[in-house]
Amino acid sequence: MSFLSIRNLSVRLKKGPPLLRRVSLDVQAGEVRGLVGESGAGKSMIGKAVLGILPPSVEITGGEILLDGTDLLRLPPKDRRRRIGASCALIPQDPLTALNPSHRIGPQITDRLVDILGWPRSAAEARARDLLAEVQIPEPDRVLRAYPHELSGGMRQRILIASAFAAEPKLIVADEPTTALDVTVQKQILKLIAGMQARHGTALLFVTHDLGVVSKVCQNLSVLYSGMVVEDSAVTDFFAAPRHPYSRALLAATPKYTDPAAGLTPVPDEVIAAVRAEVAAFDAGGIA
Amino acid sequence: MALLRLLAIRLLTTLVTLAGVAVIVFFVIRVVPGNPIAMMLPPGATEDDIARLSALYGLDQPLLTQFGIWVAGVLQGDFGTSITTRQPVLDLVLGRLPATLELAIMALVMAVILGGAAALTGTRFRGGRTEGAIDVANGMALSVPDFLWGLVLILLFGVLMPVFHISGRVSPALDLPFTTDFYLFESLLRLRFDLWADIVAHMVLPALALAIPLAAIIGQLLKQSLKETMNLDYVTLARTKGYGETRVILREALRNAALPTLTLVGVQFTFLIGGTVIIERLFSYEGLGNMAIDAVINRDLPLIQGIVLLFALIFTVVNLIVDLLYAVLNPRLRHA
Ligand SMILES: Nc1ncnc2c1ncn2[C@@H]1O[C@H](COP(=O)(O)OP(=O)(O)OP(=O)(O)O)[C@@H](O)[C@H]1O
Ligand SMILES: [Mg+2]
Repeated sequence: MSFLSIRNLSVRLKKGPPLLRRVSLDVQAGEVRGLVGESGAGKSMIGKAVLGILPPSVEITGGEILLDGTDLLRLPPKDRRRRIGASCALIPQDPLTALNPSHRIGPQITDRLVDILGWPRSAAEARARDLLAEVQIPEPDRVLRAYPHELSGGMRQRILIASAFAAEPKLIVADEPTTALDVTVQKQILKLIAGMQARHGTALLFVTHDLGVVSKVCQNLSVLYSGMVVEDSAVTDFFAAPRHPYSRALLAATPKYTDPAAGLTPVPDEVIAAVRAEVAAFDAGGIA
Repeated sequence: MALLRLLAIRLLTTLVTLAGVAVIVFFVIRVVPGNPIAMMLPPGATEDDIARLSALYGLDQPLLTQFGIWVAGVLQGDFGTSITTRQPVLDLVLGRLPATLELAIMALVMAVILGGAAALTGTRFRGGRTEGAIDVANGMALSVPDFLWGLVLILLFGVLMPVFHISGRVSPALDLPFTTDFYLFESLLRLRFDLWADIVAHMVLPALALAIPLAAIIGQLLKQSLKETMNLDYVTLARTKGYGETRVILREALRNAALPTLTLVGVQFTFLIGGTVIIERLFSYEGLGNMAIDAVINRDLPLIQGIVLLFALIFTVVNLIVDLLYAVLNPRLRHA
């Protein structure tokens, strides 16, 4: 059974246009699923819905989010929060804004363990030290006592990764975890996440623009356009033969690492028109 | 290190400020009409009497000479003699300072508690009716000045429902065992809760009148700041860890949101201290402000000078404390 199963999830701006249109996707235990699509397609919105952090300006109009078989949307808020906190975690996009500037690093890794999961403080601190070693941070004791502003962006992203893995979650949502980083650091961080995921057997919902990254770290992927899943495939199948015309165009628009200059065709207008028509037909057909 | 430098710079600017205030107050109160000696003497005093008394207080000297004598005295800790009471200005002023400090600090504490509670409640229930009600209350509190709140409070809790005292600092019938003028503080130290309760019952209304406008400012500003902070990434990340709304506000947002409010509270607190002048008068509270008004009415020049200098000193000290607090609360400055 999938650990995460999103069924027909619809989200819209309160009294406004839909942002997610009957989205369905599954993430098996230990699987890495990529979530791709252009900017504004709704990738982050899916991650936020799973983690219970949708902005107050939007509302869920239908569907289910099954976490280990339980529909999160039917749980009372407190139970939902606790369940998400205990089994899911987020690796955010921007490490510079995702750490609280007035708390030291240590408590920002151990807080969930101590406050939510009831670990003894000493055990949580030992765990934090081990995690920092695992994400290859030198002098963990100094770093645990440091404030975020004393550390570089790459260091902070390593800390956020350590913090995400702290409670051995079953599922991690990584929302473009390398976009805000220096190109030289991006690769290291990507390798680090992939390595940690494999070692801990954590399922990963990996939001990205970059199909090249998807081909390296994901087993399956969902392609999103305007809040609609237009393709859900195994990564090997997708790169061999994408099914949806929009996917094909997206793939053609991705620079090849082997030959960066070649094959850079933007998504053609007629493909955009066709997928827009698909979305319009969906909206006309009544909303879930 | 950074704190020491801040202190040194502040000490220097404080001295310059005080010197400036000394010059201004000295000459301004001598330019406005009104002869202190004539006010002292009974009607029918001769020109001769006036001249003799003027000479006694040095008021017949040229202005610059008078200023020189005063400054020389101040530098040695002698602020002159009050014309009306014939007591040393320093003793008079220091005798009243504790009353005003206690009143201002109680008002500040009330303002922080009321404003903080309004901001936290408004943030917790943002976007709903509760927040709307808090905004309306804040707006009302802000649009009425402190002395009008004083009158309203006197009418409500002094006349209609007389639960608090509306005049004085302590009931005159009570025997006061105090050795300092910090009555509120000393009564606590001596465990004389009966006296303490009486003093508090006298202070509640004037302190509240001073506190209400400041509470509204704190409430509005802190709520605004909290709401912005609640949208930041680190707050969102904390939510995913399983924390509820209230804990997220208190643990993640409050400290960062309080920093910008703090500076403004410092500035507003100096206004509050200025407000004690009228409020003390209104409640016949025997503090510096009340004394200042008497001094102005009587043209008691040395006393006015002393009080103004002391107020200026209080203002600069308050600003210094705010800066230090800001540095302590903000890790970025602490390590700079
Ligand atoms: N807080 C919000 N309030 C209202 N609408 C929002 C909010 N956040 C995002 N949206 C809208 O929801 C849609 C989906 O946004 P989302 O952030 O999920 O896109 P995305 O696929 O993650 O894009 P990107 O690649 O730029 O991160 C967009 O049209 C966006 O304008
Ligand atoms: Mg996004």
